Amino acid sequence: MSSSHMLPQSWIGWCALAVGALVLAILPFYVPSYYVGLTTVAMIAAMLALSVHLLVGGAGMVSLCHGAFYGVGAYTVFFLSPEGSPQPAWLTLPVAMLVSGLCALVVGALSIRTKGFFFLMVTLAFGQMLFTVLHDTKLGGGTDGAYLAKPILSLFGYTFDPMSLPRSQRSFPAYYVAFGQLVVTYLVLAFLLRSLFGRVLHGIKLNEHRMEALGYNTGFYKLGAFVIAGVFAGAAGHMWSLQSGFVNPELLAWHKSAEALLMILLGGINSLAGAIIGAFAFTALGEAALSLTDRKLLVQGLVVLLAVIVLRHGIAGIRLRDPRRWLQALRSPGKWPNLSVRKPVQEARQND
Amino acid sequence: MIDQPILQTEDVSRRFGGLFAVRNVTFALAARGLHAVIGPNGAGKSTFVNLLSGQVQPSAGRILLRGQDVSGLPAWRFPHLGVTRSFQRTNIFKSFTVHENVRLAAQATRVFGKDMFSTVRRTAHLNDVADRAIERVGLADQRQTIAGILSHGAQRQLEIAMTLAIEPQVILLDEPLAGMGQDESERMAALMGGLATDHAVLLIEHDMDFVFQVADRMTVLVEGKILATGTPEEIRRNAAVQAAYLGDSDVH
Amino acid sequence: MSAALLSQLLNGLQYGLLLFLIASGLTLVFGVLGIINLAHGSLFMIGAYIVFFVVSKVGSLWIAIPVAVICGLALGALLERFLFRHFYDREHLDQVLLTFALILIFEEVRSLLVGNDFHSVPVPAILDFSVPITGTFSYAAYRLFVIAVCLAVAAVLFYWIERTKMGAIIRAAAEKPEIVDILGIDARRVHLVVFAVGAALAVMAGGLAAPLTSVYPNMGSGLLIISFVVVVVGGLGSVSGAFWAALLIGLIDTLGKAYGSSLVSLPLGQVLAALASMSVYIVMVAILLFRPTGLFGRRA
Repeated sequence: MSSSHMLPQSWIGWCALAVGALVLAILPFYVPSYYVGLTTVAMIAAMLALSVHLLVGGAGMVSLCHGAFYGVGAYTVFFLSPEGSPQPAWLTLPVAMLVSGLCALVVGALSIRTKGFFFLMVTLAFGQMLFTVLHDTKLGGGTDGAYLAKPILSLFGYTFDPMSLPRSQRSFPAYYVAFGQLVVTYLVLAFLLRSLFGRVLHGIKLNEHRMEALGYNTGFYKLGAFVIAGVFAGAAGHMWSLQSGFVNPELLAWHKSAEALLMILLGGINSLAGAIIGAFAFTALGEAALSLTDRKLLVQGLVVLLAVIVLRHGIAGIRLRDPRRWLQALRSPGKWPNLSVRKPVQEARQND
Repeated sequence: MIDQPILQTEDVSRRFGGLFAVRNVTFALAARGLHAVIGPNGAGKSTFVNLLSGQVQPSAGRILLRGQDVSGLPAWRFPHLGVTRSFQRTNIFKSFTVHENVRLAAQATRVFGKDMFSTVRRTAHLNDVADRAIERVGLADQRQTIAGILSHGAQRQLEIAMTLAIEPQVILLDEPLAGMGQDESERMAALMGGLATDHAVLLIEHDMDFVFQVADRMTVLVEGKILATGTPEEIRRNAAVQAAYLGDSDVH
Repeated sequence: MSAALLSQLLNGLQYGLLLFLIASGLTLVFGVLGIINLAHGSLFMIGAYIVFFVVSKVGSLWIAIPVAVICGLALGALLERFLFRHFYDREHLDQVLLTFALILIFEEVRSLLVGNDFHSVPVPAILDFSVPITGTFSYAAYRLFVIAVCLAVAAVLFYWIERTKMGAIIRAAAEKPEIVDILGIDARRVHLVVFAVGAALAVMAGGLAAPLTSVYPNMGSGLLIISFVVVVVGGLGSVSGAFWAALLIGLIDTLGKAYGSSLVSLPLGQVLAALASMSVYIVMVAILLFRPTGLFGRRA
């Protein structure tokens, strides 16, 4: 670990990221508007996956409550800006982040005391609790969800109305807001991981007990990461409302968290950018599956199953240059093949 | 007041289920010098260190640091109060370099608040602290080596460097020589002798030769209880110790 | 005691006992195998659909439930042998995603085979009556039958865990996983049996519930989460903990749902209703705060 974990290890990696960003920046002008919308959805998914990756990759915490903070962010827009009375985004975004962060603070304070499986189950239950509140009561439109007024893109008195654009470009504003937010999310999280705070999280991921013995109040750092991740999940949820103008309780369901985790696994567990790659791959996979069959979830399920079994470091971690691994896999049929190098479980598990 | 103990226990016990691992131990650690705790396997030595460093809470009794009751404080507070420890099983971050390991230790008690969000490059003072600790244990020429590929002895030295980076007054060493060769043991003995001149060092060790050679004081634990405390000479002559613990093994 | 309350209490008992069947498998699989199985709820759904299928072909619940249990054992054994066995040493994330993928696959296969419609399973004629309990109140015989069967299964399970040699190994393994290796026991066999039994219990719960709740897509997902709450409250790996926690959670959830909606008319009704719907989770939080390892938990 010569430089910070989870980030590109050389200028080549940063260049690749910059090229990716450039492609996204000009994409809307070259593809049909359907794909502009689809890419926006993928970027929102990427923001959610990025935020949970701060926990998973940064601190080794697997939370199943994360989708709920995303949903809380989306629902905050609904409560602030219900159908018919739109509010400016400069108001709704900070409030959505604040509310999600507060929820994360409460849930985190209660669940951070637990570790490993307990943490998983407790976060799962908390996520379901938030889901239940919006699902079983009439507070937010109940089971069916509700429409809301998309926040207005206004700043310093200048208001931008998407309707002023030609029809083919009306999806552009949401696209570019999402693009900007994705870039900012990545850069902020990358900065956090590079900072001393990120180093402490990395230490906790490797060996929490040792960090405690060194004098780190590990619960405090984990809670900090949990809240920051919750804030960014809320921002992603806000973007969902801004893009779709609709919320329903499924946004808070634990499946959302599981999907975000899938994206991380697909993209690459040891790289922050893996969350973005995974989100795009997952969205593309769903789209490709839909064009082939109406069994989208089956295809996704099978691909994920395969990914979990063989692709332990995700797309970013494939080492095609090492064909010996393929041979090894063929020679020992009792074991599942493994396409990527992985650290011994021992070190990763010292936390338990 | 020179001999005022820095760390004391008063009638401390620790039970696991129905079993006493440590039982009614009253103990004092002087502010300077090397105090060895010996005892047969299962005598409760490791639990004793865990109690002194807050990893384990006492079931009964008090632990006093500079006269203040610290029993029940969470483990992470102890380094901030000047008490650090090493572990019986080597417990370092194997994927980090030597320097990164020690700097992480140095950061624990020095960086708070908004400084958390500065990058590594801007924190030169941490690097200096880390370098001093690395130098003191004699790993200066390996400071950029990945810790996982160090020799076993060097990993143990690194572990001590990590405790030093906190700049503690009390150092608790849980079997620092485990698995070390003769040369490495001698170097470690010299290092500990040096540390004991300006720290309170508590050492748990199996190697009797080594203990009698370096310790200023010794305590013998048997079945969780203190059998005897005194200078190595007193312990060597103590009949109860000879009968109960040292037995027929040759005592020098 | 009013008839309505008595009825809700019995409903809660019956629901709690079904929860026990699901949660005991979950807690055993976690305790012995160290696997977090999110697809456990899908096994419940599979059980209900097997029963629906067999009943619609043969017409008898008495055949359908044993068939479902045997299918559950077989499915559990296959899953353990070909998937879960390779995941014991993997990280939590991998286990979560493996079992999440299984949920997607099970649901889609179910949808391919029998579609997405709701189906009802008739209560067997012999149990299709009400048992008078007090002068004014009678209770469905089938529900009482479910209570009796669950209690019988619980008794057999306790006997197996507490009195047999295999049970002793399982208890030891739940306490200290290394012990199986130390004792030189064929760990693979223990793992296979535990997983298959856990799966069969969930499948059986689904089969028993089919005539009560009807059979529908995703029917296991809500129960899965509640079962996790049961496991957390009862303490990981503890079957007796799961039993008492399941009864507690079953009662609280039933009463919360039954009386929650009637709170809406009160002042702050929406808030009270929301709290009632969260009652189970509030209990979990309270227990976590005061006993972080659960009511019967032995290890952190």
